[in-house]
Amino acid sequence: MPARKIHSTWQSCRWLGLGLWLLGASAAAQTLTLVSYGGSYGRSVERAWVEPFMAETGIEVRMEDYNGGLAQIRAQVETGNVFWDVVDLTTPDAVRACDEGLLEFVMLADLPAADGTPASEDFLPDSRSECSGGGLVSATIVAFNNQQFPDAPPSRLEDFFDLERFPGRRGMRRVPIANLEFALLADGVPINEVYATLDTDAGIARAFAKLDTIKDEIVFWEAGAQPPQMLADEEVVMTTAYNGRIFNAQVLENQPFTIIWDGQLQETSGPGIVLGTPRLEIARRFIEFMSRPESLAAISKYISYSPTRYSANAMVDSHRETGIAMGPHMPSAPANMKRALISDWLWWADNGDEMNERFAVWLSR
Amino acid sequence: MAITLKRWDRQALGAALLVAPLAIFVAVTFVAPLATMLVRSVYQPAVAEALPETLAALAEWDGGSLPDEETFRIAGAEFVALNERRALGSVATRVNRLESGMRSTLLGTARSLAAETPSASWREAMIAADADWGAIESWLAIRRAGEVITPRYYLNALDLDRGGAGEIVVQPEDRRIYVSLLLRTLAISIAITGICLLLAYPVAWLLAHARPRRAGLLLLLVLVPFWTSLLVRTTSWIVLLQNQGVINDLLVTLGILAEQQRLALIYNMTGTIIAMVHVLLPFMILPLYSIMRAIPERHMQAAASLGASHWQALRRVYWPQSLPGVAAGSLLVFILSIGYYITPALVGGRTGQLISSMIAYHMEQSLNWGLAAALGGILLLLVGTLFFIYDRLVGVDRMRLGG
Repeated sequence: MPARKIHSTWQSCRWLGLGLWLLGASAAAQTLTLVSYGGSYGRSVERAWVEPFMAETGIEVRMEDYNGGLAQIRAQVETGNVFWDVVDLTTPDAVRACDEGLLEFVMLADLPAADGTPASEDFLPDSRSECSGGGLVSATIVAFNNQQFPDAPPSRLEDFFDLERFPGRRGMRRVPIANLEFALLADGVPINEVYATLDTDAGIARAFAKLDTIKDEIVFWEAGAQPPQMLADEEVVMTTAYNGRIFNAQVLENQPFTIIWDGQLQETSGPGIVLGTPRLEIARRFIEFMSRPESLAAISKYISYSPTRYSANAMVDSHRETGIAMGPHMPSAPANMKRALISDWLWWADNGDEMNERFAVWLSR
Repeated sequence: MAITLKRWDRQALGAALLVAPLAIFVAVTFVAPLATMLVRSVYQPAVAEALPETLAALAEWDGGSLPDEETFRIAGAEFVALNERRALGSVATRVNRLESGMRSTLLGTARSLAAETPSASWREAMIAADADWGAIESWLAIRRAGEVITPRYYLNALDLDRGGAGEIVVQPEDRRIYVSLLLRTLAISIAITGICLLLAYPVAWLLAHARPRRAGLLLLLVLVPFWTSLLVRTTSWIVLLQNQGVINDLLVTLGILAEQQRLALIYNMTGTIIAMVHVLLPFMILPLYSIMRAIPERHMQAAASLGASHWQALRRVYWPQSLPGVAAGSLLVFILSIGYYITPALVGGRTGQLISSMIAYHMEQSLNWGLAAALGGILLLLVGTLFFIYDRLVGVDRMRLGG
């Protein structure tokens, strides 16, 4: 190849490289990465928050799925290579991540209610960490497939642990959270004594002893999308699940599932911003957008999770596709609250590691 | 002489340049992470770097009664300063692993001390903020978390711990897990290797001694699954083996099993063994095949002509010659299965998990990387020891992957 030609090829390579670099840089500045839990919840997030946000701001949002936990966030912050911007976090995870300096602070003053109520009075108590925005209340509940129990269906949390009257396999998330609480509730511990009981060694032993009674029948799940699938496949007769996933299977896929609201465990979640993201500005805009009461209320058009803001709860209406009134399907509906436990995120932030370890030992036996 | 030396030099340089990319690749992707991991299993400087003054004060503390006022003051001030830099949370997480509840004790105390600096006694102010500061265990936990070089993770990985006076004690029964899991992993790996050998030997024999056309077809049957994605193969086993799966449905339809008797073939140890044997089978067949192909068929004929029965010829003539393949295949399958992760994770359920699941758990969920590294270190040591024993008994030089 003659020298001149090489030179011109080299030149064009350089221009091409510069162009690609500019393209990459501009794309990086414009695209926000939002990490959530996927499945039917992920689709609800996309329709209620992501699409309106893109329409309003012109900022591109890319969605990614995960199954919770802080490992990836921690790895990104520690290596200084942050490619997740906004992450949907459960409140205990948000508290831990905030304390460990993995998230940016989110100022309440930036999230006013539509009617001018200060945000500090608008959020449910203890529903957010200093690093997360407005979020949702969800419940872990027990659900079953009607076809498996045509005559006498289960109706109480105790029935999940009753293999004699309701034989068959049980689905359960492969973590101690919720399962320990359910075990104690079903063993007769009153709602307001559950965490005090778990604070003692005897209480923990009692919870595991209760789990032992159904251990051989348990099939474990990890992603929130699995339990409705396991019920539909008749792989299990009953399973713990997130109420919104079961709701969506009921109304969108006409699955014959029933939720047992008795003994539900309510948790909150909200989005946080990964510390050190180069897209901090658009991440803040997204948090501000989705924390608006009307945005929080909008997701209830797609899935039965209720907002953590009082002013948003008043705006909850009906399901977009079927027109069902959403109120009765929410974890906080009075009829569903007869025996409901609010998850103690502080207890879990403190004892999560030890409980996980004990749970792992229990699993392996 | 000088000329040959120079030429040899140039050849050596050329060879070095040729292997350089691979050497660099191995160094970056294998040696460096391995070394980092082994270092991490004993070296944990984070707490020591965060709390230098507190740990210096605690070093002189007898550990028998509560620390003095001065230690309380130094520690309290250091907690407040750390929390302002948002660095107390990760320290608290590490201390919390040794003593549950210390996370909120540390963070809560730092917050209340920052809100109101004690005017008189720090000791009283801290105990008022959280009663845990009145317990010796809290201070012992901080001191232990501050050890830079620590055998703690290796002890934990062997279900041991250190008592109050630093003596080694066995963990209480409901906290023991790793030793039994390690033994289970070893047993399963041996079982899988054995099953693979039993299944692979006849197949490899067929492959090696069938007519070329048929051998080619057979080889394709071995290789196509080998080339198929691991995930596809594992999830196919889920379809086949699950409670409402193909095999159970077939058995029920044929009337061999009643509806209530469906076999639990997956999400347990059975599932792990079946799927792993399938995934690892080619690693046994291929080395066996390449060795067997090199064994002349005349040897068997010669044995027969000298009066050996078919069985005798197989046992005394064929089997010894195929041993290098058996050794290579077995070692390969055993080492692969001892650290196998994805298949047990997908089909192992509760009882079919191997030690790898705990390593992954501590890497991804609990973020206790020290313990994950120690478990990995023990696994590495185990494989190294087995390799050494194998070398002594069989000889690595006798192992051949190809004829």
